Amino acid sequence: MSSADRPASNRPLSPHLQVYRPQLTSVLSITHRGTGIFLSLGALYLVCWLLAIAAGPEAYAQIAGFNASIIGRLLLLGWTFSLFYHLANGIRHLVWDAGRGLDLKTTYATGWAVVAAAAALTVIAWIAAYAVR
Amino acid sequence: MADFRSPLARVRGLGSAKEGTHHWWAQRLTALALIPLTIWFVISLISLSGADHAEASAWIGSLWPAALLILTIVMTFHHGQLGLQVVIEDYVHNEYMKIGAIVLVKGAALVLSVVAIAAIARIAIGG
Repeated sequence: MSSADRPASNRPLSPHLQVYRPQLTSVLSITHRGTGIFLSLGALYLVCWLLAIAAGPEAYAQIAGFNASIIGRLLLLGWTFSLFYHLANGIRHLVWDAGRGLDLKTTYATGWAVVAAAAALTVIAWIAAYAVR
Repeated sequence: MADFRSPLARVRGLGSAKEGTHHWWAQRLTALALIPLTIWFVISLISLSGADHAEASAWIGSLWPAALLILTIVMTFHHGQLGLQVVIEDYVHNEYMKIGAIVLVKGAALVLSVVAIAAIARIAIGG
């Protein structure tokens, strides 16, 4: 059955990604999933870090050296932002689960708040980390 | 409308998927636990930045950091495994690949969390 034969319907269509204009809500939604997947790799790296500490000073020096490298720092920066984003947007999801903040205006306001909080907390965390060193 | 469910099925209330809200609820509970744990974890890592091996192992080896770290590990891998399961179910349509990937993710989450706890115990005991 071609689309022309299909009876007209008022049912909502699921977004067709090639022609669907990205909006804050949809971008934040897929970013939540993306950061979640990336954080799974971060959890794997956390286990590597713990194993290196358990293995002794030499293994620890190796992983600490990688952390200090450009790639290491970029990964840690990505994980910091992902963690704060997933945390802030996760709280937004929990509020939705309580049945609150689901209207369009509040959804956009909390969406921008999540982006701002994730960015600000990432900057604060890195400034604090460099201050500690 | 007639209700064809047996009294037992009705009282269990799990519906046709046979699991009810368990996956959803476990994801929310682990999320809730991870809010304070994540904040504690990030602050701890900040204070450990630039630490040498002795400082890092002394911190992990002390009682409360070890306990909270184990709790963070358990909650993180449980939460992550539930999330990755949904991602796989959404995007992998071949039934064998889907089941295989889910078993792999769940197995890896269990093994990695146990290995992490063993490493923490080794650091705490080994000194």
